[in-house]
Order: sequence, then structure tokens, then C-alpha cells
Amino acid sequence: MEYNIPKLLQKNRKNIIELWVKNQLSEAGLREDLMSNEDLRQQSEELVDSFVDNLTQENISDAQSPDFDTVVEILSGISITRARQGFSPRETGVFIQGLKQALIELMEQEINNDPATLLKGTLQIIRLLDSFSIITFETFIKGREEVILRQTDEMAEISTPVIRVWDGILALPIIGTLDSARTQVVMENLLEEIVATGSSIAILDISGVPAVDSLVAQHLIKTVSATRLMGAECIISGIRPEIAQTIVHLGIDLSTIVTKATLANALKFSFQSLKLEVRRTQDSKTQ
Amino acid sequence: MRGMSVITWKTMIVTLTKDLILISRDQDVVPYRSRVKEYAVKIKMGLVNQTKLITAASELVRNMLKYASGGEALIEVVSRGRDNGIRLTFSDKGPGISDIDLAMKDGYSTGKSLGLGLPGTRRLVNEFNIISEVGKGTKVVIVKWSNG
Amino acid sequence: MERIPILRMGSFLLVTIQVDLYDRLALTLEADLVQMVSKTNAKGVLIDISAVSIVDSFMGRIIGNIASMSKILDAETVVVGMQPAVAITLIELGLPLTGVFTALDVEKGMKLLKSRIIVDNEDYDERDERDYLENNDSNTD
Repeated sequence: MEYNIPKLLQKNRKNIIELWVKNQLSEAGLREDLMSNEDLRQQSEELVDSFVDNLTQENISDAQSPDFDTVVEILSGISITRARQGFSPRETGVFIQGLKQALIELMEQEINNDPATLLKGTLQIIRLLDSFSIITFETFIKGREEVILRQTDEMAEISTPVIRVWDGILALPIIGTLDSARTQVVMENLLEEIVATGSSIAILDISGVPAVDSLVAQHLIKTVSATRLMGAECIISGIRPEIAQTIVHLGIDLSTIVTKATLANALKFSFQSLKLEVRRTQDSKTQ
Repeated sequence: MRGMSVITWKTMIVTLTKDLILISRDQDVVPYRSRVKEYAVKIKMGLVNQTKLITAASELVRNMLKYASGGEALIEVVSRGRDNGIRLTFSDKGPGISDIDLAMKDGYSTGKSLGLGLPGTRRLVNEFNIISEVGKGTKVVIVKWSNG
Repeated sequence: MERIPILRMGSFLLVTIQVDLYDRLALTLEADLVQMVSKTNAKGVLIDISAVSIVDSFMGRIIGNIASMSKILDAETVVVGMQPAVAITLIELGLPLTGVFTALDVEKGMKLLKSRIIVDNEDYDERDERDYLENNDSNTD
């Protein structure tokens, strides 16, 4: 007799789901910590339903067919949520491979007297499911990239605190690499804070910046120049000896900028500029 | 491949709104700048990026007035996937620029100015394109993305 | 024609720019201000740009011109209240306005002008002059 694979799969969808869920539950790496078995079953059912409902004799060898749009949508959705939930790409891959396994097992059970059709059908299903699993990987990576982008933004936000160290003196410790995007954030925060507090001196401490190349130096010079345009003075402090060496070796001219070795020195300089004096109190000596 | 088609769709720039303004006098720059600002605010562009965009627009309007005694300025709200941006097109029927590479050099100017116009403007925006034909005119297109 | 008002306060001139600038307006301001410095024998010019939302290369050049012209007429110029976004844009544009004094607000600008003019009026010996020059350098560069 002639087998219609799509029809066969539609008729046996319950069995497919059972087989697939059984496979997944018996998997050693089942992530019950990330997803409950109920959610897993629901996800599997949704995917199997949309897959077998849209499968026809024509599109079985064409993963690109628009008939599979909903399947792809569901797959992408599953993939992205799994990326956010912290599944590894392998675990998400195994999830789709499990469906392939279940479909093949089912065909083996049902088509028992026609090896040629079984072979042909198996090959078609393998190819189709392989295409789908590529999509899951692509969307998985995209999901992760979104997480990375969001974290980058958050990091840029939290890593530039502006501290009011004294009336009229701001300090901004920079930790980590300074790139163009980060400089922009640093500069904006610093200038806004200068306006808000009416501070006339800002100290940019670069002790936590791992390396200063000509680009970073340029960013620093820009920040200092912008501060001056607003009518405040910007001091760069926390310059380690290695950094002083590279700056000179690269031929970067920082002579127009006030630089200090430590934040303490910069603070001292600021006090002098504002005509302030810090003194030890008298009574600690007499006692 | 399906994945590929998704990618091309994401990077394609789509125009959402269009607004054409004629520039013929010095003062026209004031309403033009406020119109650009309106659109920039609408797409939630940050203040610094807004200022950079409007400054760039101001430079290009001046160039149009100085070398071609005016022209057309088109404002478009564009989108590429998740980002929105503003695209400004300045077209004039002036004498054109014979050597664009030279005009884009810092410190070069045929008029009596600092020569910061074009190269400075390019630093303020994300995309900068200039097409010019001697005797026919010049067209400058700039794009600023709201988060760029 | 539209004009930006110039206020006289003792030996200082105060200009508060409240409107959006365009080239001809800026050029008129330059001419008016230099006239005024000469006529009133002003010792200082204070330009408040806190309400200005954009300064492009032309207006930047006008501000530089005003400072240089006033200097020739023996008056110092201080630009006060530049918005952060304007400062960032000017730097990116390549216009650090070297040679122009800046201050955060009118009050601080006034103080800066006064301190500079007192030094000017002193009968200083050579040592004082050196101090003054050093002071001058650290403020302008």
C-alpha cells in the first residue's frame, strides 16, 4: 500500500508527542531547574501540532515553504525564550533533535512493510528538521546577542558614577576600557553634573583604565576641552608610570591638560585653586 | 535561506515621514532647525545627538546659501529594524564641488571660513554622503540614528 | 531689523542671547558689541549663552572674533553658561574656542572678569607681570 507521510504523522500526533516528551524526560541533562515538565510538554505539543498540520506531500522537501511560517515563528520564540532563560545552545539543539528522533521512531513503527518509502520519508524528515534546527541556532544566538547588548548598555550606565568630593569639586573614577561610546556617556554625565552642582573643578581618575592608547588619549582630551568650554577645569589623575611611558612613546601631547599621579594630588591641587586649606587640628599635638 | 531574508529585512532603511523645506534666505535656518528638532524629539533622540544633528544641519544649510544661494532641505524619519533615525537631504543647483576629497579635508575652504564645515559635519553624524556635479549642483545626505 | 540687546553694567557689557542665532544676526551682534566696547570704554564683555541650544562653526567663529576684537580694544571677554550638549558638539566639530575665557554662570563670569581687571590696573613690577602671564596661560589654553 502507498503511504502518505504527512497524513500518517497527523494521525499519530498524540504518539509523536508522547515519544518526544518521553525522550526529553529521559534525557540526562533535563533542566527541571529552568523549565517545569508541564511547560515542556506544552511547548512540545504546540510545536508538533503546527508542524504536522502544515505538512503536505509538496512541502515535505522544502523547508523554505511559506506553509512553515508558523512553525518557524514558534521555533524562534522557543529558541529566544530559552536563550534568555539560560539554556545552553546544545540543550536547545537536543530539544529539536529529539523531535526528529520521535518522528523517525514513529515512522519505523508504522511503515513496517515498505523499506523504500521508509527510507525516503526518513531522509525527507531529517533534511526538514535539520533546516529547522539551524533556525533555532540562529535565533538562539540572536537572543543571546540581545542579552549582551542590554548588559553593555547597563554597564555603561552604572560604571560612570560622578562623586561630589567637595563643594565645587567633582570626581569621576573610570574603571575599564574607554571607547568612543563610553567616553560619550562619561562626558555627558560629567558635564551634566557640573551644571547641576555648579562645580568648577572635575577630576577624572583613570587608575582603573587598563591601557591608554592614542584613541583613549584623544577621548580624554575631548572631555577636558568640553569641560573648559563650559567654564570648568578638568584634571586627569591616577596616571600609572606604565601609562606615562606609553603616552610619551606614542608621542601623545598631554601638555595642555593638568595631570596628577594620584587622586590625592589632584584634590590637593583643586583645594589650592579654590584657595582652600586642609590643616591638622592643633589639639592632637598638645595631648 | 530563511535566516538571510530576515537579516536583509532588518538592515533595510524604511522612510516613515517626509517633510520638504525650501531654503532661500539666511533666516530660513531658524524654522528649519526647529522642525528638525521636532522630529528628533519625536523619535526620542538624546539631547547630545539632537544637538549634533541640528548643528550639522545648520552647517549644511549655510553651505547651500553660500555656494548656491539656497536649495531644498528634506527631513525624513527613517527606521532600520529597532533603530529610528533622521535623514536629512540637502540639494542645490549651485556650481558643484570639483574635488570632493579636497573639500572633505580639515582646514580646506574656498570661502572665507575655518574650513571645518564638511569634515566637521561628518564627525557629527553617523552617515554622510555627498554627490556633486560641476555646473549642476550638490546633494548631501546625512543620517543620525537616535542611539548613535 | 532684529537685534540682540547689549546691557551696560559699570565697566562691563552684558549680552544675554535669548533667541536662535542665524548668521546675519550674529554678525550684527559682533559689530554692535565692538562699537559698544569702544564707545563705553568697557573693560569686560560677558556673553551669556545658557539659552542657546546650538552653536555651529560660524557662530563659534563670531564668538572667537568678539574676544579677539575686544582684546585689541583692551577688554576681556568671558562666555558663560554653555550647555553640555553644545560643548560636546563644538569639540566634535573641532572648535575648542581657544583664547576665549569661559565660566559656568554669570556670577562666576563676573568674578573672573573682576579678578582679571584688578590685576590689569595694578602697578606691577616684573615679578608680578610674570605671575600674571602664567595665570593668563593656565586660563586660556
